[in-house]
Amino acid sequence: MRLARIAPPLTLLVLVGPLAFGLAGTLLPAFGYLPSLGGTRFSLDAFHLLAGTPGIVRSAATSILAGLVTTLLALLCVVAFAAGHLDSPLFLRMRRLISPLLAVPHAAAAFGFAFLVAPSGLMMRLVSPWLTGLDRPPDVLIVHDPMAITMVAGLVIKEIPFLFLVMMAALPQLRHKETLQLGRCLGYGRVASFIFLLWPQIYAQMRLAVFAVLAYATSVVDVAVILGPQLPPTLPVRLIEWMNDPELQTRYLASAGALLQLVATFAALLGWLGIERIGGLLVSLPSGRGLRFRHDRPARHAALAAMALSALMVFGGIAMLGLWSLAGLWQFPKALPSAFTLDRWSAALPRILDPLVTTLWVAGISTAIAVVLTILCLERELETGRGQGGRSLMLIYLPLIVPQISFMFGLQVLAIAAGVEGTAASLVLAHLVFVLPYVFLSLSDPWRAHDRRYDAIAAGLGMSRTRALMRVRLPMLARAILTAAAVGFAVSVGQYLPTVLIGAGRLTTVTSEAVALAAGGNGRVIGVYGFLQTVLPFLAFAIATAVPNLLFRHRRGLRL
Amino acid sequence: MRGLLLTMGAIAAAGLSLAPMARAADPNPSDWQSVLDQAKGETVYFNAWGGSENINAYIDWAGQRLKEQFGVTVVHVKLDDTANAVAKVVAEKAAGRDDGGSVDLIWINGENFASMKQQELLFSPDWTTALPNWAFVDYESMPTILTDFTIPTDGLESPWGGAKLVFFHDSARTPEDTMPDSASELLAWAERNPGRFSYPQPPDFIGSSFLKQVLSEVIVDKSKLTKPVDDATFEADVAPLFAYLDSLHPLLWRGGKAYPQNYPDMKQKLADGELDIIFAFNPSEASAAIKTGELPDTVRSFTFSGGTLANTHFVAIPYNAKAKAGALVLANFLISPEAQARKQDPAVWGDPTVLSLSKLDPSDRAAFEALDLGVATLTPDKLGPALDEPHPDWMERIEGEWRKRYGVAN
Repeated sequence: MRLARIAPPLTLLVLVGPLAFGLAGTLLPAFGYLPSLGGTRFSLDAFHLLAGTPGIVRSAATSILAGLVTTLLALLCVVAFAAGHLDSPLFLRMRRLISPLLAVPHAAAAFGFAFLVAPSGLMMRLVSPWLTGLDRPPDVLIVHDPMAITMVAGLVIKEIPFLFLVMMAALPQLRHKETLQLGRCLGYGRVASFIFLLWPQIYAQMRLAVFAVLAYATSVVDVAVILGPQLPPTLPVRLIEWMNDPELQTRYLASAGALLQLVATFAALLGWLGIERIGGLLVSLPSGRGLRFRHDRPARHAALAAMALSALMVFGGIAMLGLWSLAGLWQFPKALPSAFTLDRWSAALPRILDPLVTTLWVAGISTAIAVVLTILCLERELETGRGQGGRSLMLIYLPLIVPQISFMFGLQVLAIAAGVEGTAASLVLAHLVFVLPYVFLSLSDPWRAHDRRYDAIAAGLGMSRTRALMRVRLPMLARAILTAAAVGFAVSVGQYLPTVLIGAGRLTTVTSEAVALAAGGNGRVIGVYGFLQTVLPFLAFAIATAVPNLLFRHRRGLRL
Repeated sequence: MRGLLLTMGAIAAAGLSLAPMARAADPNPSDWQSVLDQAKGETVYFNAWGGSENINAYIDWAGQRLKEQFGVTVVHVKLDDTANAVAKVVAEKAAGRDDGGSVDLIWINGENFASMKQQELLFSPDWTTALPNWAFVDYESMPTILTDFTIPTDGLESPWGGAKLVFFHDSARTPEDTMPDSASELLAWAERNPGRFSYPQPPDFIGSSFLKQVLSEVIVDKSKLTKPVDDATFEADVAPLFAYLDSLHPLLWRGGKAYPQNYPDMKQKLADGELDIIFAFNPSEASAAIKTGELPDTVRSFTFSGGTLANTHFVAIPYNAKAKAGALVLANFLISPEAQARKQDPAVWGDPTVLSLSKLDPSDRAAFEALDLGVATLTPDKLGPALDEPHPDWMERIEGEWRKRYGVAN
């Protein structure tokens, strides 16, 4: 297959090209070089200005800490749950419950979460006034708290599904049932067997995904705007403010800040390596002493509760979005709106049409390109037997680990200079940078796990490689391919920063509209857009499930 | 890798300094028919704050009418801050894009207008008085139409609507006679009712307007506000304002550790009883919100008898706009009796008109007079005196000062 030969370099170009160009476009202005604004001399002025910005250390520190705590908590929840309940019927039910949560865009989850936990939110409404005696919301700082606790909580509930699914993908490659049985036979508790015997192997496989979560949480913009501290905001939020400052000289500051963000994320990664060490000690010390933790029922219950609670918060949040979108007058402490109306929807629908169409084609095209490139890369990998190693994986993860904000700025500057900002092609390309890694990650495992003897049989029957791919591999892997496509679609739908920066206000998607209207602070409107933003990826997943069943209704072996 | 980075840096640098293109012929607003001909088929990118659904719906309606009547397509680029559009034009000028710019029309006033006018980023000369519908504009009795935040408009921006700072409260919770009548009474009220008042965090324009309202009331020499800031006396001039804020902030909602996002956000907080007094720049904001179910029908308006800030908001065309003719047609449509009457309807938006009813045809006048302004809207005679906006310099300076003092409060 000639096509497959150019696929790996092309993929690399798509992933690393924008990254490198973007970083260069950030780096040069940070050091004072931006000819279009008259900066032709290299200097450290921007960094001096950055250092003198009030509260900059606090902003950066909050970002780093929030990232570390988010990652740690989400990972702990997932590990504890898997350790306590792996392969139980409950576990399978939870798995089915949690998987679709991956599709919920971060911004929508954050809005829903705010609608639940704010002092005027649903939780307080449910217990007021009969329990609390309050007929007005208490004046306490929950959303936008200075310690970023609410922001971390909002991120944790959204990262749990991702880490959980990554872990699920790692499991089939281990003989986990036998391993756990061995541990149990030696008298170890369920949790201890898992942690001592399986966890080190699982973690090795999901480490890059954990890094991606960490990098995301240290550099997130939309969730931080919705839930994060305000005085001062976290570093990425300040970067956006600087980037939008009418005083153009602030761009140098923004670029220097974007480099600081890179450093902050790197510092968080270093911090995480420290946490890994401590975690390793915490595991090896008791296991070295032969502690067996036979009675781990409380831990297992706690893990289940944490997992169920986080899923409940996301689902509850989405329900709140739906409810607000239909609400008429809804005053505290009423648990339900006093009146329902379709006005918001009928007002929003005609106006949502353009962004919706843009969302669909951008997501559709970028996903299609990502799927084709991924399949060709994986096919090439089968041909050559190379590429499974850590280094290529690292490259694929790179756009997920380098903070989006650090290279998207530079990319925007380049796009403006080249006059391609707000064009369809550049927006698709910007989305592709993030869609491709996720598609690759979700498709590569099933692809590699597919029994190669089918290829051998096909070849034995005289099929060419291309024909074998089309007639055997692709149909058999249709389900995995569609799921990967749905993941890619969901990722594209959720993209905020690339859409705003590269779309330049000309091309808007449901997500960029949702965040812009959220600036309006009207809960009902947020409800409409947030709900819609969530429904799209859900639909994609539903299609990914339904199509194979339809396609293979006469192929019993390929049905679920 | 390093070599690669350097190469890319060089390409990036080359891309950043593109040569300017030639300027196309600008439309001539005095020859309106030629403007209409030129506008047909154009797409106008109207950069306007997009945080309010009813305003967005109104702009959509205007776009539809323009399409029907003149074949001009209007795209609303929804901004969360008008400064972003200004930044875009500045960036384009810096990049040498003097033609075919991405912003065709900006919803603007105050410091953004001042900055664009000063940097010569606006389509000029005077095009607004050449618009056919200028004949209806009430510039005689509304001085803010010709002077925007003390800066002469010089026909570089066309008026769109009036604005006056108005406060709202829920009469079911707080009796009308307990409401404050000045900034200092507001502070005293906050002492009695801690946690029940706040303002959007500057540089939100409503939040900054609150600062200006207080400044206008407490500054010793009010005449200074009509001129740019005098660096030598700035500290002393604004000392009363920040003394006021220092005492107010601990009494704010959340103790001043978080702020409402903007005025629509404050509306829900009034409905929930988190805030007791909110404010907006639109006298019929509350009536409109009652109609849409955002506020209970017990909400009422009040102003200060000593006066509240009043201004006019405008639309302006950047010097490098791509669809200048289309932008002119849209600006003209926005001051048509049809568009202005619809805008003033609280069920639509409720924004006060800039037209003089006496200049209108009887049938157009009847459309205005038939409007039901709603229970929570004060009649024009009860709106109280209008305070002039300070010179835009003040807004920038006090925003900066605010950020320095309170921006990292936690």
